[in-house]
Amino acid sequence: MGGRRSALSRLGTYGGPVLVIAWTLFPVLWIVSLSFKPESGINNEKFLPDTWTLENYRTVFDTPLFTSALRNSIFISLIATVLSVMIATVAAYAIARLEFPGKKLILSLALAIAMFPAVSLVGPLFDIWRSVGLYDTWLGLIIPYMSFTLPLSIWTLSAFFREIPWEMEQAAQIDGATSWQAFRKVIVPLAAPGVFTAAILAFFFAWNDFVFGISLTSTDAARPVPAALAFFTGASQFERPAAAISAAAVIVTIPVVVLVLLFQRRIVAGLTAGAVKG
Amino acid sequence: MAAITLENIVKTYGDGFQAVKDVSLDIDDGEFMILVGPSGCGKSTVLRMIAGLEDITSGELQIGGQRMNEKAPRERNLAMVFQNYALYPHLSVYENIAFPLRLQKLGDEEIRRKVEDAAATLELKEHLDRKPSQLSGGQRQRVAMGRAIVREAQAFLFDEPLSNLDAKLRGQMRTEIARLQRRLGITTVYVTHDQTEAMTLGDRVAVLRKGQLQQVASPRELYERPVNLFVAGFIGSPPMNFVPATVEGNAVELPFARVELPRDVCARIEGRNLLIAGIRPDHFEDAQLIDADQRGRGVTFQAQIDVTEWLGNELFAYIPFEAPAEVNERLTSLARELDSENLRTQLVVSLDTASRIKPGETAELWFDSARMHLFDPASGENLTRDLSFAPA
Repeated sequence: MGGRRSALSRLGTYGGPVLVIAWTLFPVLWIVSLSFKPESGINNEKFLPDTWTLENYRTVFDTPLFTSALRNSIFISLIATVLSVMIATVAAYAIARLEFPGKKLILSLALAIAMFPAVSLVGPLFDIWRSVGLYDTWLGLIIPYMSFTLPLSIWTLSAFFREIPWEMEQAAQIDGATSWQAFRKVIVPLAAPGVFTAAILAFFFAWNDFVFGISLTSTDAARPVPAALAFFTGASQFERPAAAISAAAVIVTIPVVVLVLLFQRRIVAGLTAGAVKG
Repeated sequence: MAAITLENIVKTYGDGFQAVKDVSLDIDDGEFMILVGPSGCGKSTVLRMIAGLEDITSGELQIGGQRMNEKAPRERNLAMVFQNYALYPHLSVYENIAFPLRLQKLGDEEIRRKVEDAAATLELKEHLDRKPSQLSGGQRQRVAMGRAIVREAQAFLFDEPLSNLDAKLRGQMRTEIARLQRRLGITTVYVTHDQTEAMTLGDRVAVLRKGQLQQVASPRELYERPVNLFVAGFIGSPPMNFVPATVEGNAVELPFARVELPRDVCARIEGRNLLIAGIRPDHFEDAQLIDADQRGRGVTFQAQIDVTEWLGNELFAYIPFEAPAEVNERLTSLARELDSENLRTQLVVSLDTASRIKPGETAELWFDSARMHLFDPASGENLTRDLSFAPA
């Protein structure tokens, strides 16, 4: 009896996750498979291509629309992430450590902004950006991205800072550190998992955004990849560019996967273990 | 190295709560000063004001003859060991100890020499590459001390450094701290609520109660000549016995015995009816075990023994007694202040282990009446601190 129960529970332990992984990975694999099919072979009614080809990737990288969009996406997302994390770190530290009037208000405002539907902002922003000259520029996208990622980062980071015992800064200050040195040499390293989590969340938001990307840009000057994909035409105007779009989609997915693999250990690692008596 | 002077130090928090009330204390150069008291007495606040982690509301703090009130912690050149050690978990033991030196921008070679010196003193050499999380409690404690001794600080501050260790390790670290301080000869302020640490470590001990300094004296003087009920009850384990004492002419009537008083004591207590007498448990003895000569210097009495506890090196016996409501109330509130429970009024006496006294029996006990103290029940003041009870 015990044997049957454990066999069943083992099925649950391994079978469940496998099912979920298959469910989530299937569309990804489908896109990967499509990206290797020749344009003529995408209707082969099979999962795998009949003939494997890198033609689509070549096409994608030969298209200026895509390469400029890739450049825009990378730099806009990186700049938005770096700025947002830097500001959020300092802001969250102040919120976690200092008592000042309006602290609750700032936190709840931040949460309210994060909840705000992006679509409702696009219209007004379009008008404002046009009149102040931010339309179709990098800055025109970085600002709305930051306004959405900052609140989230501040919340995540202030939770991390609150976990760090006060004695850490106090010990550092007695050891001869200025407040800034204590923050930089002790607190930031200890909050590293939080900083990485916030950075990754911010980067993904900017990298995956479509609404702002398509509404606030009009040319190669600032259009990011998700928006550019919508304008994709493939090798010739008369072919359906499904395979080429798939190849482009695979390319923009790669940084996301790499980032998560690189930082998942940093995110999970409980760096504060052993900070105090344990 | 420097003397530390506190002059009329007051700490008032934003909500108006006064944690430290007018504390003045002179700590000499090289002295080991203990701040002791029950939880919430303000001892940690005093230490944190010396360190610069708390602002001083009023009064003046001097370290090495210089006013320090407005100086940031890093400008005071003090070293501190925290209760939870506050090691930097992301740094190795080596880097933890080197941290203050790196901030002083010393050369790598000099840092290495100093860290290794400190590590050798504290027997941490084989752990230098490990992270604090891989160390035991005692080792973490030593790393925290290493971080303190590695720099030439003006004084050491300890904030209950041993309270997170188990009893055995605490004893070892206590002697270790004492040895280190004697060797380095650095002015030390040590906060604790543990009276064993207070008695064994300090050159002098400052007893605090509700933010007020009660008595600053050597451990021996605190034990033998406490200024009031609070100090008398706080210092010593098991604590001093407090019993009601009714004044009758030239004697006081205790619940179990009558004690004749010398003339100078009588003069001191004149006009009072009810006092509280304090007798240490170890000033009692089994009357069978003392010679006639000694017997004559104290008071002998009969008592019903309730419970006995034999501990190998000593024997405790418990003797319940009745106390008038007025005294009882005072004793209960004192017990609450001392973080203990006063469940019933009873004597605790510490006897020689050779004693054959059994629970339930009526036994003949003796106590050294010359070492008894008399306290005013209302103010708690020790009326006989500077007098001896030796028969006139």
